Amino acid sequence: MTGLELLYSPFIEYAFMKRALAGSVALAFAAGPLGVVLVLRRLSLMGDALSHAILPGVAVGFLVAGLSLWAMALGGLVTGLLVAGLAGFVSRVTPLREDASFAAFYLMSLGLGVLLVSLRGSNMDLLHVLFGTVLGLDDAALLLVSMVASVALATLALILRPLVAECFDPGFLRSQQGRGSMSHMVFLVLLVMTLVAGFQVLGTLMVVGIMMLPAASARFWSGTVVGQMIVASVLGALASYLGLLFSFYANVPASAAIILLAGLFYFLSIVLGRTGGLWQAARQMRARRRQLHPAGS
Amino acid sequence: MSLTNALIHLDQVSLGWRDRVALKDVSGTFEKGSLTAVVGPNGAGKSTLLKGLVGTLAPLAGRIRLGFDRVADMAWLPQAGELDRSFPLTVYDLVAMGAWRRTGWWKGFSQSEHARIHQALAAVGLDDFSRRIIGTLSGGQLQRALFARLMLQDAQLLVLDEPFAAVDSATTEDLLQLLQQWHNEGRTVIAVLHDLDMVRSCFPNTLLLAGQVVAWGQTEQVLTPENLHLARHLCAGDYL
Repeated sequence: MTGLELLYSPFIEYAFMKRALAGSVALAFAAGPLGVVLVLRRLSLMGDALSHAILPGVAVGFLVAGLSLWAMALGGLVTGLLVAGLAGFVSRVTPLREDASFAAFYLMSLGLGVLLVSLRGSNMDLLHVLFGTVLGLDDAALLLVSMVASVALATLALILRPLVAECFDPGFLRSQQGRGSMSHMVFLVLLVMTLVAGFQVLGTLMVVGIMMLPAASARFWSGTVVGQMIVASVLGALASYLGLLFSFYANVPASAAIILLAGLFYFLSIVLGRTGGLWQAARQMRARRRQLHPAGS
Repeated sequence: MSLTNALIHLDQVSLGWRDRVALKDVSGTFEKGSLTAVVGPNGAGKSTLLKGLVGTLAPLAGRIRLGFDRVADMAWLPQAGELDRSFPLTVYDLVAMGAWRRTGWWKGFSQSEHARIHQALAAVGLDDFSRRIIGTLSGGQLQRALFARLMLQDAQLLVLDEPFAAVDSATTEDLLQLLQQWHNEGRTVIAVLHDLDMVRSCFPNTLLLAGQVVAWGQTEQVLTPENLHLARHLCAGDYL
């Protein structure tokens, strides 16, 4: 086998690798742009909170219908939206800030979810839910992920303008429309949908990684919202591909490998990034010093 | 004061937050085409009043009557400190937000809209900055960009919250000229300010607040030493 073949042959020879690549790339394309919005809203931890919030719903679906994809997805969607709504409500009517009320609700959800799964399932089932089964995606799971990713991206494009405007200057949008914007609610629904679809691929614990790590990295490569979204999608897809390859040859868990690759990109971005990266900052500093103290003077 | 000329009429309005009344018993009128400075010590309720006028804060008591369509005819300049300076947005896109009433969620920007944006950028002296990211602007340049956004909104009433805070004197002068120009065009301008000398020289009307209305009317009759002393005294009382 030539060196080049090493890079693609697993995805040609093995159907499960093909499916894993398709599923995780589809997920990465939707998750990255959503993560960028979370970073802009300074709600980076909300993705984390919501991904835990879908756990009890998934568990109830599992208790009722066993390892049925649609039952678990539906359950996850319901509890995810419920927690998002409740946390938002508590922070509106009490002085508790939104991040704190999200933390409170997701910790309860996590406890409840683990308890419910272990009521009937084995530890193996719990591991599946927490860490996903990217190497065992069936047709239904693949369909769900690609469907959700397509809907999420298309809807995000439709609400992008109000979403960005509201992120940057909420008072402005309210004064221009006479009311708050629906875009934030729609965004929350997209977020929960994507996390629910993603738990099949990477598991509830890891799915946030493919959302937030590329989004945080993208900040170092582009100065515009759309640019960051594209970078986040591409980085997520690249991390999925390389992570799967690495897990294939090194025989390590795939979801962990994907997230670690995304983490590696994150560190590379911090150091090498074009906008605000360390290397660039150091270079600019040197150039400025030279300007102020020309050599030989 | 004839009522027909009233743009905003306040009738015993009280405004505040859940735990605290910030401003009580405000009655009076902002006339159409007037240029009014809102002044007062910290905590006097200046920003609270603006939030009430803009509609983000509902009055606890009393009524605010508007002689115009709040959504169509009002433009609002937030305190620059409330904005996230690290947000990935170009100057051009920031100014383009001002066209919201005409473009909405989806509509594209027409040729004339692009021309308007360039015009506004030129008017505030930022022609060469349109592709810059707002994070690279100085405080004064950001304020210029926000003024360009205001111009694009083309509103009859302009409400400005501390437009000249943290802005150098050259920028202040340029932006003040824009305010005068808007005033000359017959628009109504209400601005929260701190520099009393500027108020005396440029603003015909003044509203002096200190948790309540201390005085409201022609600037020279409002900004008397007695009124200013009373305002300071009223506000300090809150914290004793």
